[in-house]
Amino acid sequence: MTFTQVTTDLLNGFYENLLIFFVTLLGAIPFGLIITFGSMSRFKPVKWLVKTFIWIIRGTPLMLQLFAVLYVPGLVFGIPMQSRMTAALIAFIINYAAYFSEIFRGGIESIPKGQYEAGQVLGMTKTQVFFKVVLLQVIKRIVPPMGNEIITLVKDTSLARVIAIAELIMAAERYAGRGYIWPLFYTGAFFLIFNGLLSLLFHFIEKKLDYYKG
Amino acid sequence: MHILEVQNLCKEFGSAKVLKGIDFNQEEGQVVSIIGSSGSGKTTLLRCITGLETADSGKITVGGHVTFDAAEKKKPSKAERRENQLCTGLVFQSFNLFPQYTVRKNVTLAKELLVREECKAKKRSRQETKAALAEIDESAEKIIASVGLSDKLENYPCELSGGQQQRVAIARALILSPKILCFDEPTSALDPEITGEVLAVIRKLAGEGRTMLIVTHEMGFAREVSNEVIFMHDGVIAERGTPVQVFDDPQNARLREFLSATLRA
Repeated sequence: MTFTQVTTDLLNGFYENLLIFFVTLLGAIPFGLIITFGSMSRFKPVKWLVKTFIWIIRGTPLMLQLFAVLYVPGLVFGIPMQSRMTAALIAFIINYAAYFSEIFRGGIESIPKGQYEAGQVLGMTKTQVFFKVVLLQVIKRIVPPMGNEIITLVKDTSLARVIAIAELIMAAERYAGRGYIWPLFYTGAFFLIFNGLLSLLFHFIEKKLDYYKG
Repeated sequence: MHILEVQNLCKEFGSAKVLKGIDFNQEEGQVVSIIGSSGSGKTTLLRCITGLETADSGKITVGGHVTFDAAEKKKPSKAERRENQLCTGLVFQSFNLFPQYTVRKNVTLAKELLVREECKAKKRSRQETKAALAEIDESAEKIIASVGLSDKLENYPCELSGGQQQRVAIARALILSPKILCFDEPTSALDPEITGEVLAVIRKLAGEGRTMLIVTHEMGFAREVSNEVIFMHDGVIAERGTPVQVFDDPQNARLREFLSATLRA
């Protein structure tokens, strides 16, 4: 067992983490936005339905949600999940969309009413006000909390091993089972490097948006 | 014909009756100032006229075009709403410039969106659209120069003083050529020493014959620039007249109290 061999094995595991990470990000951002609009809806039933959904998703462990998505379709509806990865991706997207939606809502609600009113008296439509006036200001305000959440997501992807996805930590645990403990700690380096790159990216975005205040 | 006709306008917020039947007309080219203590309903009146609030009853006509009629049950279409909206312009107390855009873009944005839509609807060619946008840019530069900010075209609002920001806000409203330009306490958020530059711009516009409706606490300015002054108290127009009538010979007891209180301050 060489260092190169361990590294290759762990990299194969980390590929699964990255897959979950990118697909979750791609799915949870638009889905989160839909949840945001639902939770801000003036139509009360929709609002409370969405609020309840957010409460359940944020109030139960992601680990439990992974099991739920894997087993409930088969047990309750008689349509078993075709692949464990699909189950993991669905669970992660739903979970992160709920968290993202609250960040989006906070960002949208933090924009002063005067910005909407200024857009309105200038004859802009609601859609134009949202996309041309409000959106960039929201993005600027939510970059730091989104950075937090996205970095948490990177680490959370290793939870997928509870439904037997051979991700990074599971790959290392196989070595631990054979008496080699160090690969387990070596996995930390993968997370650290990837999160380091993400931190740089968020810093870059913040700097990019630093050209104005307000 | 009156440029602005407000008929029996009423507005309640919950149980609070803020406007209790407002009637007044304004002539084209005139400057009307609305004065009164806070809570008298003057800002709400302005917000109803500019479409930011929906009155409970009454009718508003701008330049012969009905922009609001509480008796009309049919909801206006998107296009109608926009047309109504563009009859009036509004300059806010707190400027409300768009922080992410330069002075130039703050002024051109709304007009650009409008023209782009028009060009799309009329299936104009790309060149024609481009020419139309260039025209907007040119007129924006002229208007920004007229408020004395030619050197700030590419600056962001956060780089400007309050007075400069408010002048940009005026330019932003002007480019859409509203029939009536409304001001909601345009100098109340400014330091006393820089209110002058904003008032100078409004004075200049008055000199050019622009129709303006100004809610203000600057009594000296209201007196100097207005053709007519409206004193509001407790949701009604308590007195109206020329500045000389209102300031030198007030009939209403409340107005006398209000004037002596503001003069003492």
